[in-house]
Formats: sequence, C-alpha cells, structure tokens
Amino acid sequence: MTNGFFARLKAGLARSSRNLTDGIAGVLTRRRLDDAALDALEETLIAADLGTRLAAQVVERLRQERFDKEATEAEIRGVLAEEIARTLTPAEAPLAIDDDHAARPFVVLVVGVNGGGKTTTIGKLAKRFKGEGRSVMLAAGDTFRAAATEQLTIWGERVGARVIAGPAGGDAAGLAFDALAAAKKDKADVLLIDTAGRLHNKANLMAELEKIVRVLKKADPAAPHAVLLVLDATVGQNAQAQAQAFGDMVGVTGLVMTKLDGTAKGGVLVAIAEAFKLPVHFIGIGEGADDLRPFAAKDFARSLVGLESPEG
Amino acid sequence: MRLENRLFESLSGHLADIFDRLKRKGALSEDDVNAALREIRIALIEADVALPVVKDFVNAVREQAVGQDVLRSVTPGQMVVKLVHDHLVATLGGGPGDSGALNLNVVPPAAVLMVGLQGSGKTTTAAKIARLLQAREKKKVLLASLDVARPAAQEQLATLARQIGGASLPIVAGERPVAIAKRAMDTGRREGYDVVILDTAGRLHVDEPLMHEIAAVHDAARPAETLLVVDSLTGQDAVNLGKAFAERIDLTGIVLTRIDGDARGGAALSMRAVTGKPIKLLGTGEKLDALEPFHAERIASRILGMGDIVSLVEKAAETSDRAEAEKLARKIEKGGFDLDDLAAQLAQLRKMGGMGGILGHLPGVAKVKKQLDQANIDETMLKRQAAILSSMTKAERKNPKLLNASRRQRIAAGSGTTVPEINRLIKQYQDMALMMKRMGKLGQKGLARHGISALMPGNPTRH
Repeated sequence: MTNGFFARLKAGLARSSRNLTDGIAGVLTRRRLDDAALDALEETLIAADLGTRLAAQVVERLRQERFDKEATEAEIRGVLAEEIARTLTPAEAPLAIDDDHAARPFVVLVVGVNGGGKTTTIGKLAKRFKGEGRSVMLAAGDTFRAAATEQLTIWGERVGARVIAGPAGGDAAGLAFDALAAAKKDKADVLLIDTAGRLHNKANLMAELEKIVRVLKKADPAAPHAVLLVLDATVGQNAQAQAQAFGDMVGVTGLVMTKLDGTAKGGVLVAIAEAFKLPVHFIGIGEGADDLRPFAAKDFARSLVGLESPEG
Repeated sequence: MRLENRLFESLSGHLADIFDRLKRKGALSEDDVNAALREIRIALIEADVALPVVKDFVNAVREQAVGQDVLRSVTPGQMVVKLVHDHLVATLGGGPGDSGALNLNVVPPAAVLMVGLQGSGKTTTAAKIARLLQAREKKKVLLASLDVARPAAQEQLATLARQIGGASLPIVAGERPVAIAKRAMDTGRREGYDVVILDTAGRLHVDEPLMHEIAAVHDAARPAETLLVVDSLTGQDAVNLGKAFAERIDLTGIVLTRIDGDARGGAALSMRAVTGKPIKLLGTGEKLDALEPFHAERIASRILGMGDIVSLVEKAAETSDRAEAEKLARKIEKGGFDLDDLAAQLAQLRKMGGMGGILGHLPGVAKVKKQLDQANIDETMLKRQAAILSSMTKAERKNPKLLNASRRQRIAAGSGTTVPEINRLIKQYQDMALMMKRMGKLGQKGLARHGISALMPGNPTRH
C-alpha cells in the first residue's frame, strides 16, 4: 500500500475523524481512565454511529484492561482502532472479478435505497475496471427516476463504456436481460447494472428487484455474480435493517459505503460487518471518477480514531 | 440474539416494556424513573436521535418529572409517558402557528431555495412543492435547477416539471449557479410567475467553496423560504449537518424526506433541536403527490410508538353525549360518582369500538396486539364487568358501600363471575371516583377525557 494511497484516504477521512478525535482528546484531559472517562469515550463512539451495543462493548474491553490506569492519548487511540479493526478485518475483501469465468460477463447488480449514490458508484467502478484493462458495459436499470438514464449515459461517455438503456418507466428486469445478452454478444468482461433506489420496506419494489435477479438467472444461472449494496455514510442505525432486507431479497454479496468525505463517520458499518458477515469492497470519498477506494479495515479504523498511517 | 432483538424491535416495543414494568409496580421510586430514562436514552439513540439532543431531552424530562411529583401521582407510568411525549412534541415544535405552511407572502415571484446533502431528495421535493402550489393554491410556478455538478440533474428537474404539467427554466449549458438563479428570478418577474423554486446541487456542509456558493445564491435570489432537505434515515451526523447549514445560510425550515421508510426518524428531533427551524413538510413516497404538512404530534408518536392518542381523545369527545357528560360533571363536583355512572362509561367504551378499537389508538399497541390475538381477554373483561354491574341492585349501584361479602357472592353467582373479579371492579371504581373528585374542577372537557382514560389503567391522560 503506497503512501500516496493512504494520504488520499486520510484526507477523505480526516473530517470524519475530527469530532471523534476531539472527543478523545477531551477524555484524555482526565489522564486517569476512570468511569467518567470511559463514559465520555462511549459517547464519542455512539456519536460516530457505532450503536449503543458496540460502543459499550469496545469500552468494556478498555475497562477490563486499563481501568484506573493512566493512559496516553496514543494508547487509547491504538486500543480503540485495534478493537474496531478486529471486527472489520474479516470484512476486508476486494471485489474479486472472475476473469476466467467461462460465461462472461461478470455481472454486478447495484442496489440500495434512494439517494445513496448507486449511479455515481457505478460510474466510478466502470472507470476502475476499465483502468484494469477490462471491457465494461453499463445497464441503465433505473427506469423510474427522471433522467437517471441520462445520468448513467454521461458516465458511460466519460469512462468509455457502452450503456444499454430503455424507455423511461420501462421494465427494469427486461432491460437487465437485454443488457446481459448484449454484453455476451460484445464479449464484455463486466456488466454493471444500475437499479432504481427503493426503500427496503416497500414489498412491491423489493419484489421488482427480486424479479431482476430471477430474469438474469434465465440467461446465466450464475448471474448476478455480485450484488453490491450501496450505503450512504450519513445513514444511522437503519442501515442494519437495509442490509437485512436487501440481503434477504436479492442476496447481497458485498457493500460499498459512499459519502465518507463528509463529517459522517459511517460507524454503522462496523455493526453491519459484524452482524451480517458481509465484505466491504469500496468506500466513496468524493464526487470524482477516482474517488472510490478499496476498503482497508485497518486504515479505516485508524483513520476513524484519528491516527496516522498504519505501521507496515 | 440480543443485537437482532434490539435492532428490529420497534422503539414502541422498547418503551412499552419499560412502562409495563412501571405499571406493574404500585408506586414509582426515583430509581425507577432513572431506570426508565436510561432506557429512553438508549431507545432514542437507537432511533438515531443525535447524542447531544438525547442528553438535553432526558435531562429536561428528569427535571420535569421531579418538579411534578411523579412519584406520588396516581398512575406513575402514565405520568412518565405523558412527560416524555409532551416534551418530545414541544421539542419538535408543535406550537399552534407551526402548521407547516410555506410563507410565500412577498412581492412575487417568491423564491424557494432548496438545499441539502447529496441524495437527500431535493429535486424530487422541489417538484412536489411545485405540484402542491399549482394544484392547491393555483400558483404559477417556475422550477429551476442550479445543479451543475451531478450529470443530468438539470434534465431530471425538467422532466419532473413536465410530469406535473409545470414550467422549468430552459437549460443553458455551462452557466454557473448564481447566474442561473438570477436568470430564473428575472424570468419569473418578466413572465409573471408567483413562485420560483431553485433546486441546488447536493453539497457537503464541510465543502467550503460550495457552501460559499450557496450563500451567494441566497444573496442573489433573496428567497422567501430556504428549505433544508434532510433524509429521515440520517444518523448522528444530523447535528453536524444541521449546525453547519444553519450557520452558513438563513434557513426558514426543514423538509424531512423518506418518512415512508421504516427508520424511526430520530433525525427529525435532532434537526429541530439543532437548527431551531420548524419542520415544514414530510416526503411520504416516490410519487409526486406524496408530500404532507408536518405534525409534531404524529412524528413524536412515531418516534415513541405512542399511537394516535390525539384521535382517541377526539373520538371520545365525539362519542360522549354532551348533556350526559354535563350531568355527570355536576354529580362529580358533589363527589357523587356511582356505579351507574361507571356502567354508562363502560357502555360508552363499547360504543367507541370496544377495547380492540381503542387499543389501536394507544401506546404499546404492537405489544398488546400479540396478547390480544392469543386471548381475547380485554373484550371479555368489558363484557364481564357489564354483567357484574347489571347483576347489582339499583341501590347497590347508587351506594357501593352496601356491597358486603354476601352481596358480592350473590352478584358473582348472578353474573357468572367470581368474587375477586368483583373486588377488582370495585377497586377500579374507587380509584376512578377518587381521581374524578380531584379533577372535578377541570370541567366537562377534562371529564370526557379522564373518564375514558381512567377506565384504561396505564394509559396517559391529556390536558
């Protein structure tokens, strides 16, 4: 991992960690790690969207190991990062594209609630895969939102990927099927399918999503090879319900967390990674085509608690 | 697994459990109040209310609880529910003037500026507001997109304008946001529009150049309304977001979107507390007519899972006979509430749809429903109580003190019930009579409400 990469990630996450860092600094003015200090620490973690249970768990570990000891700022941050990274490390897995796959393309379905950043993420993924020397095709499966097709088409032009689109309000499943046929014909390596944002508690919309998967399987029983759930970093504890519902309906295989360049800390990712054993493939740290980074548990955890570059 | 239980169980369930514990105790100790508030704190955090807001909220409720002698009140559980609920409504801004109406009372065209993070729902909300103003107030509305950042964002708004049969500002490629805002206002003036809605690019509140730009747009358009659009799925970051936008531009209100999701909407409380601005509108669906005025009572109930108590009270007022109530009120002033009156109250309860109908309006109903499905206890209880009362003599109903042990045995045999059931009914009557004597001074209005709720142990009373 290059220094250049870490610098970019850190720049993106710097704002995320600022409040958390301030909180820890406040804790440390007490010097001794007593009940009050631990309480303050727990609140800091809660404010990072870690949730009450995980925050309590992390703090409990600190209590057992360091209670009433004097601790330096670096020590506390280290233990915090370690604890968070411990939960996140199993989730650190790149999106493995099977290039030897007999029946190309490798089909990636992108799902999530409205406004999470699905279309932008697809644009960034297309750029990345193209950069890795793969041929990429895009399917404008969001036939509901006004001008969603136009948005994806512009991304296709930017990164040089063919976009399969249908009429507004058309059948998304049919479009996905056609796109898969076109991608096979073109011998595309990767097909990225956009979908309309939908709230996970809308049964009819979730059924439509399930239909897309069903129809894809008719053309290729192994498709979709990956189902990515896009989560907005500003989301709170409801993200867990989203992971559950999308997972149940279309078998989510991995996560992308977007908008980590704001002050939102995305702490709910820790709970999701733990509860659903889902890998986190990428994080989004800006609106540009290059602002998509592979997820690195240790970097994420250390950046989150305001620590400098990882050792080694 | 505890996590999953916690996760998908509603806040309603949480609080129902807490208050169930409170209700089962005869008296409420200070430790109980603290325990309840601890649970409320956790529940609010899990509902995504931001931590600083949770702290203020819990402290304020604790202060009120102590000041109002909760520990000595007749039904402490009710008292705590009421304090939590009332304070939540107050924080959400349930003042009478806070109706959610947009204030467009300026020399036309009135500008409405939409701001917020990426993906919060600004563009869809802009079109929904335009549709509402066109349809309901017959306003001539111009939609203009200042979003030059997201690909096809301007086309999206133009498409939505067509869908609602409205107008959108022609797109000029390469034009900057401030220039678009000025052109939109000029067009609005020249072509006689009543309202110009300016949609803007989503921006992070820490993005200094973009925050500067939105301030410049605000200066150029001098909007009558500047609405911060916030996703109701938002977590703890709501405080940072709300603070930053409120500091940089003169917000006039909040629009909360995706309220049709299953998030508990704690962001509503955070935004209201942090910005001090009213929540004006709620986005309730993907369709362009899915926009509703904000009701603090309803959102408070959603966050707390209280059910629609307001409508229960209204229903009670509707159903109770006015003259009858006045007669009863006079009787109560003299301390003469008897078992005939209790029988009348029970009859009124049945008229309101029985326990099942009423429970639909009450807090913790999710929890109760499960039990109701298993055994129809409550409906049966109402019927049995009616039977007990009708097995009494007229004299006994007028003067319950007559009811000695042998009379109670006779009534039990006559009504097909048991003596303990009769004892419970008498105890209920005595509690009720005591309470009614106390609130006799509240008059008929108070009576109609308390008369009903006193029949339902554990339900909050309202003033």
